[in-house]
Amino acid sequence: MGSESAATIPITVDFSGGLEMLFDNQRRYLISLPVTDESGKAANIAFLIEHLCKHYMKDPRADLFVLDGHIRPGILVLINDADWELEGEEAYEIKSKDNILFVSTLHGG
Amino acid sequence: MAGETKDNSLPKNGLLSARSSDGKFSRRLTDDEFDRYSRQMIVPGMGREGQLRLIESRLLIIGAGGLGCPAAQYIAGAGVGTIGIVDGDIVEASNLHRQVGHATSRLGMKKVDSLITHLKALNPLPTYIPYDFQLTPQNAADIISQYDLVLDCTDHPITRYLISDICVLTQKPLVSAAAVQKSGQLTVLNCPPAPQGLVDGEYPPCYRCCFRKPPPPSSMVSCGEAGIMGPVVGMMGMAQAGEAIKILASGLHLPPPTSDDNTAPPLERNLARPTLLIYTYDLDSAVGPYSFRALKMGGRKKNCFACGEGSTLTLDGIKTGNPDYVQFCSAPTINVRLPPEQRITAVAYHAAKEKGELPAHILVDTREKEHFSFGSLEGAVNMPFGRFLMNAAAVKRTGGSARDLLPTGAADGDAPIFVVCRTGQDSQETVEKLRELGLDNGGQRKIVDIMGGLRAWKQDVDPTFPFI
Repeated sequence: MGSESAATIPITVDFSGGLEMLFDNQRRYLISLPVTDESGKAANIAFLIEHLCKHYMKDPRADLFVLDGHIRPGILVLINDADWELEGEEAYEIKSKDNILFVSTLHGG
Repeated sequence: MAGETKDNSLPKNGLLSARSSDGKFSRRLTDDEFDRYSRQMIVPGMGREGQLRLIESRLLIIGAGGLGCPAAQYIAGAGVGTIGIVDGDIVEASNLHRQVGHATSRLGMKKVDSLITHLKALNPLPTYIPYDFQLTPQNAADIISQYDLVLDCTDHPITRYLISDICVLTQKPLVSAAAVQKSGQLTVLNCPPAPQGLVDGEYPPCYRCCFRKPPPPSSMVSCGEAGIMGPVVGMMGMAQAGEAIKILASGLHLPPPTSDDNTAPPLERNLARPTLLIYTYDLDSAVGPYSFRALKMGGRKKNCFACGEGSTLTLDGIKTGNPDYVQFCSAPTINVRLPPEQRITAVAYHAAKEKGELPAHILVDTREKEHFSFGSLEGAVNMPFGRFLMNAAAVKRTGGSARDLLPTGAADGDAPIFVVCRTGQDSQETVEKLRELGLDNGGQRKIVDIMGGLRAWKQDVDPTFPFI
C-alpha cells in the first residue's frame, strides 16, 4: 500500500458486477497510489491493476481479474465514469482524485 | 378517474390508414385507444403523434424471462402495435419470483404463450406474435428483419453477440440489458442505425464495440447458478421498455431531421455515445449515491468486427455458421469427457451404498455453499467449484501443494473420492483437475464422477431431495 514516505496520489477504486467478490466483498477502496512505478514511470492504469492484484486482492482467483498481464475480457474499465477507451486505456496516467471503476459485464436475464 | 372530457372531433371508430403524403399520421385514435392511452399521451413530448407512432411500431422481445416479462408488460401497456416474443423455454416454479408475466397456473406452459396470455389480459389491442423456439443463427435474420426495434432480454453471450450482429446488418436499434445476482446493466445500441462499415463521423456503437470479447466461460455465471434478486432484473427490464417507448414514440431511431429551420439548435440526442446504466443492489445497506451509475461509452469503433470499416460479416455468413458464436464464447457444452470407468450413475452409487458394497470413501460436493446449505448427500463435504478452480490454477502457477486443495484430511490415504455437483458438469472438470494435479496417487486412488449430479439424484433416486 505504498510506504508512508513515498509520494502518493489519492484515488477511489470501485468494483461492480461481482468483481467486488475478489476484493473482500468491498465495493469501494480509497487508495494512496505511488506517484510512479518501480521504474520511475508515472503511475498509469496498468500499474494500478498490478498494484491492486498485489495489495488488495483477497481472493486467489487472480485469473478472474487479469489474464496474461491484462485486464481479462468481459471487464469494463471506467475512468471518471467514461469508458477507458476514450481515455487511452492502460496508458492513461492517473491523476489525483480520479475514480476508476471496474465492472464485469453481465449476461444473465 | 371519472369525468374525463373527450375531444368530440375524434371519430368513434378507428380508421386504418397510414401516413398521408406529408408524412403526418392520418389515422385517428379509436375511443378505446383514447381512453387507454390518455395518461401517457398528456405527458409533454408524447402526445397523439407519439402514441400513433407506438401503435404503428413493431417491437421484438427476445427472451421471456426476468427482463422480458417486465419489459413486455410496459410495452404492451403503452400500446406498441405489434409485439413479437421469442423464447423456447417453459415456465418453471423457480422463474416466478422475477418473471412476473407468468403464473403458477401456467407452470409447464411455453413461456411465450404464458406471457402473451398475461399481456392480452393487460391490453388486447396489440398484435402479439409468438416464436416458441430459440433464436439461432439460422432463423435470427428472418425474425429480426420484420421489426423496428429489438429488446435483448436473453441470458447468454452467444445470443447477445448474435442479436447484435443481426441488428447491425438489418439496421435495427437494440436495447440491451442484463442482470445477475445483485447487479444490473442497460445500454441502447445501434441507435439510430447506420450502415455497416460507415466510420467517418460519429455513429453509435454495436454490442461488439462496447464488449469486444466475451468473458471466459469460467467467469460467467447465470441466474440459475448465481441467483438473482427479482427487483434487480425487473428494474432493468422496465428500463428497457422505457428506452424502447422513448425511441419509438420520438423517432430517435430515425436519422435526425435535416431541418429547414436553421435557427433551431440541434437537439442533444446523446445516442452516438450511449450511456451504460449500472444498478448495484445491496442486501445489507440502503440505496446510496452509487446504487445507480451512468457511464459514458464510446461510439462505433473503426475496427469493430461487426459494424466497423471493411467488416466481412454478412447475413448469409451468419446463416452458414460464420462466425461460430459457440466457439467465440466457448460455451461449456455438456459432453461426456471422462471415460466410463471414472463415472458412476446416481442410481448405481445409491444402490452400492445401500448394499454396503461401497468402500469407505470421500464424497465431495462442488456446489456453492448457498446451494449446499439447503441440503446435501449423507457424508458430503463442500468444496465450491469456483474457488477450487482458481486454487488449482494458483497451485499450477506457484507450485504450491495440491493436497491443500481438498477439504481437510481428504488428501490422505487411498480411499476413493466421489465428486458430485449440481448437474454433472463441474464434477467432471473437478475429477479431471484432481487427476492432473496427481491427487489420484498415480492411479492408485480412484476419483469418480457421479453422473448428472444432484439433479439426477433427485430425478432417479430421491424425489424429496431439496435440489435448487
